[in-house]
Amino acid sequence: MKHTISILMENRFGAFDRVANLFSGKGFNLHSITIGETELRDVMRMTIVTSGDDQIIDQVIKQLNRLVDTIKVVDLSEHDRTERELALITLHYEKGNLQEIKNICDIFRGRVVDINNKSVMLEITGPPAKIDAAVNVLMPFGIKEMARTGTVALKRGEQIRQPQEVG
Amino acid sequence: MAGTKMTGAEIFLEMLRREGVEVVFGMPGGAVIQIYDHLHDVDFLKHVLVRHEQGATHMADGYARATGKTGVVLVTSGPGATNTVTGIATAYMDSTPLVVFTGQVPTSLIGNDAFQEADIIGITRPITKHSFLVRDVDDLAPAIRKAFYLAKTGRPGPVVVDLPKDVITAQTTFRYPEQVEIRGYKPTYEGHVNQIKKAARVISEAKRPLLYVGGGVIMSGASQELRYFAIENNLPVTMTLQGLGAFPGESEQSLGMLGMHGMYWANQAINNCDVLVALGARFDDRVTGKLETFATKATKIHVDIDPSTIDKNVRVDIPIVGDVKRVLKLLRQYMPKKPDTKEWWAQIRRWQQECPLTYEKSDGKLRSQFVIERLWEKTRGDAVVVTDVGQHQMFVAQYYKFQHPRTHITSGGLGTMGFAVPASIGAALGRNDYPVFSISGDGGFAMNMQELLVAKAHNLPIKFMVINNNYLGMVRQWQELFYNEKYSYTDLQGLNPDFAAVAQSMGIKALRVARMDQVDDALQQLLNYSEGPMLVEFLVEKEELVFPMVPAGASVSDMIVERLNPQRMV
Repeated sequence: MKHTISILMENRFGAFDRVANLFSGKGFNLHSITIGETELRDVMRMTIVTSGDDQIIDQVIKQLNRLVDTIKVVDLSEHDRTERELALITLHYEKGNLQEIKNICDIFRGRVVDINNKSVMLEITGPPAKIDAAVNVLMPFGIKEMARTGTVALKRGEQIRQPQEVG
Repeated sequence: MAGTKMTGAEIFLEMLRREGVEVVFGMPGGAVIQIYDHLHDVDFLKHVLVRHEQGATHMADGYARATGKTGVVLVTSGPGATNTVTGIATAYMDSTPLVVFTGQVPTSLIGNDAFQEADIIGITRPITKHSFLVRDVDDLAPAIRKAFYLAKTGRPGPVVVDLPKDVITAQTTFRYPEQVEIRGYKPTYEGHVNQIKKAARVISEAKRPLLYVGGGVIMSGASQELRYFAIENNLPVTMTLQGLGAFPGESEQSLGMLGMHGMYWANQAINNCDVLVALGARFDDRVTGKLETFATKATKIHVDIDPSTIDKNVRVDIPIVGDVKRVLKLLRQYMPKKPDTKEWWAQIRRWQQECPLTYEKSDGKLRSQFVIERLWEKTRGDAVVVTDVGQHQMFVAQYYKFQHPRTHITSGGLGTMGFAVPASIGAALGRNDYPVFSISGDGGFAMNMQELLVAKAHNLPIKFMVINNNYLGMVRQWQELFYNEKYSYTDLQGLNPDFAAVAQSMGIKALRVARMDQVDDALQQLLNYSEGPMLVEFLVEKEELVFPMVPAGASVSDMIVERLNPQRMV
């Protein structure tokens, strides 16, 4: 099963390398890895998608925690969360199918971000599964190039029940 | 000191002084020449000039294991740094606290393939607890402070501090960082009380309990608590290679070492116990053999300071993360009653009689086991015994009954041949309460014998023993048992030097022994000689095997106990 793991870590030389190194050194699966700034200047957030049985995921979390530069490690799979990914997809088009591509793009709520007389570039954002679906549907048109960001994710806020109005 | 401008080199030495460092193992070179310029004038620490940087890390490692203090290494950039790698990996696998300072090319040249440049931070990343590349002289003091803190606390380990040449020469106002604050690093020392209570209850109700003790007990200084706990509750104790010495080997309650070359009865006990208490041990494959059949009947309790060791290889029922000394103290308090272990002990005694540890003595040939047995008789555990890797290492673990913690020093996890000669030098510099024996096979001895020069330079009274069978014996053993006796590149006959003559060429007293009746006298001479190092080469039986043995990947119950009938499985 896939797990999305969120790591807060020191914004420091070599911190990212240590995490990447851990995955290769310990032979853990790594499906995607993203890193970016957070609301705190000296803290970075890394989002990793990995997979394995419970014992392996347990080790992934423990080994990540063991790194000195990691501040907090959370397996978001255990929580209500929002996951997003962005893809840029360049396709060849021919006269007849540009509208068709545009329609598919609209269905996925994507945008055309570049076009010339041979190819068109789409930007699609959403949960990773939606990107997978878009790629699948667009594949027959001939994808020239594709760049995916990998998953970013955050835990959603707790739903606080509104007090019932007393009548 | 506060408020004055200091160079990086001066700050480096001031930090070493404040950390209480007594010995530094190192070798100068271009990138660290400025540190050495100052080092020459300081009197608060001793610098030990090694002959190869691998020797420096092993010496620091031996020093750390023998004393419990942190070992310190100083080398130059490039090859100086890369030569430390095996020593760092050795320390990492056995959790030894080291701080390794490596020189580096100036920050402006990093990445330029400059002369003597190596990305040592990158190279050592998987084999260090942490590392620092100091890029600003203002970061130097905090980095050194953190390095020592990280090396020693929690599960100890090696830390690398990379020092670019311009950082060493730059000046700044020195401020001692009083506090160490690392927000991502908070080791857990106190075990969870409810878990400890639960463990105490389970142990007290056990019929066939067993303590499985690893090196963590020695590192945590928990030997005394362990002794109390085991004796009060009449529990059998078996130890890993690194655990030897944590519990007195001569005690009736000691079952000796378990695992691949462990005692028959210890492995039987593992297979039949109903409660297994792992203390500062990590269920290494050399201990467990085939995981599916390891201690299947037992409720497993695991005490360790490193949460990542828990459930790593073996699923445990009651995990306790904490310092084993503190946990054992509470465990003793919370024991509701003593377990009834009478029948269990009777069973263990039967196993001990069924298959005792033995070797051929009647043919008059000199065997390694005999040498080790005599060494045990001569010292009765009152010695620091440093071993290398291979057959002699296993014979020492089997036949030498370690009595005290920090008297057995060996490379267990990484299995580094060439460890013993330098590690014993570190041990001898740290300890003068016991004589230090340094035991190697002929293969491993040749790997780092240049460091004998260091023992001689400091006239350290180390007792070097080369157990020479003119073979890479342990590999030969596997070739005999599992590779149809095809002895591919393991025969060193005619390739080995006269080791005694090698030592003599360095001004070291040395002799050769080839007969059983010479052994006692040679050992006595080693013990008596205190003016400096001495070496005895023992020319032993060429084709001896270490038994008992669990073949790699087999169940611990499938032990081979003797050569004549290797098919006999017990």
